[in-house]
Amino acid sequence: MCMIAVIGLLFILAVRGFGHFWPATIIEAVYYDIANENQPVPVLGQLVETKEVSLEQLQSAGMQIESVNGSQFMSRHLMKVGNRDITGQDFVWVLQDYLHNIEQPRELVVIERREWGNFYGRVEALKKEGDIVWQAQAGQAFDRLDNPLFEEQFSRVKTLIEAIDKIEKEDISSINHGLERLRLKERRLALDYGGPLPDNHVDVIEIKQMRIVFNKHYESLQKELARLYEAISRDTLIALTADGKKFEIPLAKIVHVFQPNAMSLPDKMAAYLYKLVEFLTDEPREANTEGGIFPAIFGTVMMVILMAVMVTPFGVVAAVYLHEYAKQGMVTRLIRVAVNNLAGVPSIVYGVFGLGFFVYFIGGNIDTLFFPEAKPAPTFGTPGMLWASLTLALLTLPVVIVATEEGLARIPRSIREGSLALGATKAETLWRIIIPMASPAMMTGLILAVARAAGEVAPLMLVGVVKLAPSLPIDGNYPFVHLDQKFMHLGFHIYDVGFQSPNVEAARPLVYATSLLLVAIIAILNFSAVVMRNHLREKYKSLES
Amino acid sequence: MTNAAMNNEIIEMTEIEEPVSGSRGHRINMADLRKGDEAESVEKQKICLQINNLNLFYDEDKQALFDINLTIPKNRVTAFIGPSGCGKSTLLRSINRMNDLIDGCRIDGEVLLHGENIFQKTQEITDLRRRVGMVFQKPNPFPKSIYENVAYGLRLQGVRKKRMIDETVEKSLKHAALWDEVKGRLHDNALGLSGGQQQRLVIARAIAIGPEVLLLDEPASALDPISTLKIEELIAELKEKYTIVIVTHNMQQAARVSDFTAFLYMGKLIEYGKTDRLFTNPKYKQTEDYITGRYG
Repeated sequence: MCMIAVIGLLFILAVRGFGHFWPATIIEAVYYDIANENQPVPVLGQLVETKEVSLEQLQSAGMQIESVNGSQFMSRHLMKVGNRDITGQDFVWVLQDYLHNIEQPRELVVIERREWGNFYGRVEALKKEGDIVWQAQAGQAFDRLDNPLFEEQFSRVKTLIEAIDKIEKEDISSINHGLERLRLKERRLALDYGGPLPDNHVDVIEIKQMRIVFNKHYESLQKELARLYEAISRDTLIALTADGKKFEIPLAKIVHVFQPNAMSLPDKMAAYLYKLVEFLTDEPREANTEGGIFPAIFGTVMMVILMAVMVTPFGVVAAVYLHEYAKQGMVTRLIRVAVNNLAGVPSIVYGVFGLGFFVYFIGGNIDTLFFPEAKPAPTFGTPGMLWASLTLALLTLPVVIVATEEGLARIPRSIREGSLALGATKAETLWRIIIPMASPAMMTGLILAVARAAGEVAPLMLVGVVKLAPSLPIDGNYPFVHLDQKFMHLGFHIYDVGFQSPNVEAARPLVYATSLLLVAIIAILNFSAVVMRNHLREKYKSLES
Repeated sequence: MTNAAMNNEIIEMTEIEEPVSGSRGHRINMADLRKGDEAESVEKQKICLQINNLNLFYDEDKQALFDINLTIPKNRVTAFIGPSGCGKSTLLRSINRMNDLIDGCRIDGEVLLHGENIFQKTQEITDLRRRVGMVFQKPNPFPKSIYENVAYGLRLQGVRKKRMIDETVEKSLKHAALWDEVKGRLHDNALGLSGGQQQRLVIARAIAIGPEVLLLDEPASALDPISTLKIEELIAELKEKYTIVIVTHNMQQAARVSDFTAFLYMGKLIEYGKTDRLFTNPKYKQTEDYITGRYG
């Protein structure tokens, strides 16, 4: 029963989510718009979804329609027509019976842009440095798969964009980082000195020189950037919309161009894989409705791993103390009751606690003690990766304690006595025999903890997760791991994309895909832990059997 | 009554030299004839352990051992017999202070190991347990390889040299008559051995750290007859090097393997003496009832 539920859920998620990446056929048709006195309008786009709607419902929505062939239902399609910058919306609902002259011309293209969503239409001409180098003619339409001019230009622009990205994201970011560190160093010196530093101070001079170096470097990068931008801005593509309007799109704004109607099945599969890989490895664009979700995957996995690293020693130490060292009595009973109650506290309460205790109290104090120069901007006194992991570690602590204690209790007394009788101390017995033998149980606790932590969203919203984090918590700038940074998380991403997005229709498949990914990541984390546990179990088979 | 009998057996440390490998055939000698009491044959041995006025309480009102006085000779096998719950295992566990692990357990009196009280404050408990090894009723090998099981005690003592550990492991396994059976698979998990092999492995583990005394707590009770026989043969060999104290339910076993036997009943030592004499000619009715199977 459970299996059916799980498999069914995964199946729905997979179909709904990953169907989104398939390059669907583009159709062109004439639509007699009922809402607009049956005026014929050309429509062009991809069919996304079809629904049977009752006439009554349509009539009550104010549409003047009658049954076509006695049926009380009509097919209604959701069509992705794109061109948001022109029409204001990506999607339209159309009634099957009012669509006429449906065609699928080969030359229709979908252009994925960095801004404003997809463009649907035809390619009219290609411009290189302002001059038209290729023009569509009768009988010789644009063919994405067989146009060396476009291929060459597009790949050149792509290389340039990569260069720009590298300069902006790496070089300039590291300069900013360096400048910020200089500023903080100066502040710190001034704080230690007790006032503004004199201009002839050794460190001040050094800082000034460094700053000059940085600024020079920055200027040269700026020049380089300007040159690159200049170089790519003059390559454009002239496209036609469904109603024949001309539209110039710079190649630099294009992510890719597909021509689904002309693609064979292998081509489509290649395009599908390409989109899938992009989804997994790229950064999000356009309010998270396009592009990939890599930062969210990264953030989720890193947070869970950090959480596991923090909760395991705490939980194990607590369980070992409770089971091996503490005198059994009122106090240990109370502790156990407290631990069990802790497991029942709603997670949002942990979030509030984490915000109040970790972020404001501990983080605030850390800032006062170690980062006074950055004040009033907080360093650790603000939600971030570290505090989120700590909060989740606290949340999952009871699970680890209970599981570990059960594991300790299952070790036969005779094994302990055997070790003690050989002259081992209690600590040696614990370290060499008991802990290894209880390790499968600890892994079980950890599995449960990971499963719970990875799916948790509510507390994270308070202690570190954000809608869009500009950089990963690990990068090339000193000190390389930035645990004070905020991060993205798949669970929150689902919430954000699904319920906070301005473009609901575009976001819906992403919700499914992201959900599937979250489930998959939890499954992978769990699976690896289960494999490790089984390995340990095999190794430390106890004598009970 | 019991105490009176015991007092006869408190002996002076005569320390008469005798070949270590002597068999149990020293029944008739001058001392026996002179004193006319089998206790003298205990007296003639080199003394290993001496238990004086030992009382043990599990709780304030629950006394498990009453005023035990016992002398355990060196390089001999001493068996404790008695019905279940008579305190023989408790007495055995007192000798290496395993009872310390039990909450609320209190001990009066003394146990002298080579003349030194093991209960004195300066006695390191780990050191004591190194000198007094113990084998339990159920085989309890650690879930490690055969090699690591035997090496465990050495590693605890901080022995790092691989050659030395290798040698000791081999020697101990040979000594425990297990070497031929396991030499090809030293690094297999010890839990893959049969029950009898596991018990011999545990014995090898105990003798690897070179104890003076081996305490065996019903070592063969969980084993089949053939494994039991092997363990018994092993005990006969081991006594040349170690002083052995064995607790057993099985009177035939006690008769077969031990040189001296102590019969305990309800926490009291009823009778103690040479095994042959005790089984053929018990002094007390309780002993006779027990060994003839009338109760217990």
